[in-house]
Amino acid sequence: MHVSDPRLKRVWDRAEAGERLSREDGLLLFETQDLLGVGRMANALKARREGDRVYFVMNRHITPTNLCVLSCRFCDFARKKGQTGAYEHTIEDMVAMVKPDCREVHIVGGHHPDWPFEYYERIIGAIHAAHPQVQIKAFTAAEIDYFWRRWKIEPKESLARLQAAGLQSMPGGGAEIFSARLARLLHYTGKADPDRWCEIHGIAHALGIKTNATMLYGHVETMAERVDHLVRVREQQDRSGGFLTFIPLAYQVGTTKLVPRLTPPTDSLRTIAAARLLLDNFPHIEAYWVVLGEETTSIALHFGADDVNGTLEDERIQHMAGADTPAGVAREQLFRMIRDAGKIPVERDALYNVVRVWN
Amino acid sequence: MELTARAEDVRAKVDGGARLDRADGHWLLAEAPLLELGSLAQAARFARIPERRVTFVIDSNPNYTNVCITDCQFCAFYRRPGDPEAYTLTVDEVLAKIESAASRGATTVLLQGGHNPALPLEYYLSLVRETRRRFPEVTPHFFTASEIQTMATVSRLHVGQVLDRLYQAGQRTLPGGGAEILSTRVRTRIAPKKGGPAAWLDVHREAHRRGFKSTATMMYGHVEQVDDVLDHWEAVRTLQDEHRGFTAFVPWSFKPGHTLLEKWIKHYQGPNAYLRMLAAARLYLDNVDHIQASWFSEGKRVGQIALHFGADDWGGTLFEENVHKAAAYVNTIGVEEMIALIRDTGFTPAQRTTEYELLKTY
Repeated sequence: MHVSDPRLKRVWDRAEAGERLSREDGLLLFETQDLLGVGRMANALKARREGDRVYFVMNRHITPTNLCVLSCRFCDFARKKGQTGAYEHTIEDMVAMVKPDCREVHIVGGHHPDWPFEYYERIIGAIHAAHPQVQIKAFTAAEIDYFWRRWKIEPKESLARLQAAGLQSMPGGGAEIFSARLARLLHYTGKADPDRWCEIHGIAHALGIKTNATMLYGHVETMAERVDHLVRVREQQDRSGGFLTFIPLAYQVGTTKLVPRLTPPTDSLRTIAAARLLLDNFPHIEAYWVVLGEETTSIALHFGADDVNGTLEDERIQHMAGADTPAGVAREQLFRMIRDAGKIPVERDALYNVVRVWN
Repeated sequence: MELTARAEDVRAKVDGGARLDRADGHWLLAEAPLLELGSLAQAARFARIPERRVTFVIDSNPNYTNVCITDCQFCAFYRRPGDPEAYTLTVDEVLAKIESAASRGATTVLLQGGHNPALPLEYYLSLVRETRRRFPEVTPHFFTASEIQTMATVSRLHVGQVLDRLYQAGQRTLPGGGAEILSTRVRTRIAPKKGGPAAWLDVHREAHRRGFKSTATMMYGHVEQVDDVLDHWEAVRTLQDEHRGFTAFVPWSFKPGHTLLEKWIKHYQGPNAYLRMLAAARLYLDNVDHIQASWFSEGKRVGQIALHFGADDWGGTLFEENVHKAAAYVNTIGVEEMIALIRDTGFTPAQRTTEYELLKTY
């Protein structure tokens, strides 16, 4: 491969041979001026795994409440009781949100001050009873940890009970960025720390619950902190093996304004490519159209991403933080993002079983 | 990574400074993996402009009239003479717009309009003269090729004579609009009253002979095929070999909103097509110094990414723009944001003149 930064040649030789990249390699991926060199390496690894296939899912986001006991400084979603815009969905409302063509329900919400754990069990149980064919992906490790903090229910128990109620997989949120410095600076010390976040995913994997992993980037973190984050999720995947997808989440500026504007699309493309190269044990790397915009998402399919997430219908967390994308898209828009890049749309379910190849 | 023999061949030509042929062009436009193409284009870009610099111009694009008798199928801006929405500005009204742009720091005003047969040559000449006289800091980047032809028709002069008069009035550059796709097949289909490719090329040739500089544009994403784009590039490259009069090549995607073509073409071509077009143009147009990407025509994010696909210029601030707006496509920027967004992509922003001379590096 011709790369304009000769240092990338050595990285590529190892990546091509299936060798693991180091932290130093990771830093180089974030520092080099040869953005397309990084992208081409990532694209080659993606093509080796998936060819021209790009996955999407017909899904529905449900955010049961935005009441939250935390005050993370990057968050525009959370509200306190009585505050304007605070809401709590009823179980009936949530059951009614799921439509017949939906394959996956994604449920993530605030750390509600008083909903008992049984309420969460009932959410899952009711949706599962009403829509047994729909796979339920619910509750981040941060929420599972909160069930312990608030109600002293161990993750092993809460996950087993949720699984019995119908939960099939877990989203990757709440990881934010693995850094004690940033947890203090951005006030998320009250949330599952990196060890705890990884521990909970390990417990889920042991129960047969597949999960995802995320990273919130593009705010005040350093490139070294990004690389640390990626290396830690890679190590957890070595230990427990149940991660399906890594989803980099570009920080939305909204009213929290940790930085003046959304990180540039070139940074997002680089981050996706670096994730593909470093996370050699992750099957899938996602370009999440909600945070990237449809155009950047389409281009990201040349930078190592093999998934665009789904139709969503009613995404709230990023949109309350000012994401300028629609709250949901029709399948045709996902097709356009994928086909414009010359790729083949493959409809999947939450667990990456292929529903249909849309040639 | 497996690369085809063609890719290696193109890489060798680019490294050796050899000209790409039509078969190479086909590969660039139809087959090359997008990032391979981008990386070849970056190699060509840095061979021509070694600095990690991206230029921009502070400018405005007002329009003196929307009256037009040419009925192009891709245009949402024009109105027939007598239409209730038709307008034609007086010389003083245009100068007021130029004054407004100048007061905001513009060094270029790109002025263009419909083909309005009611306007005499003197109207155009006085716009140039008065702009030069009253706003010496502003370069009058006025009138595309088809407007020059309209002037020739109404004044019963040759194109060359019209250009001589404009030159005497103080004009030194022409905008490159109205090229669309320089292919007989395409122009017959979407702009039948505008004449074939020669109509546009002859004006630019005559202008370059007289010492004018101009840009070459291309509006793609409608009825053209790969061969039409290559016809366009062959024509531009050949003319450029004669006089070196083109400063830059500027492609943008056709926006179907409110146009006659909207019936058949619902969406503008996406970002992948744009990056491919830019990168391929950088490689094929080996005698054009600057390839302009736009924050405007494809959106800021795609514009930023385009700076890694062979472009070295980010166009203008476009304080006023009406043609895309008529097609329901709106985008705005300020100078500060322009600088910040260029810098965000890893390049050094630099303000330039109409003729691509550097004014200020940030």
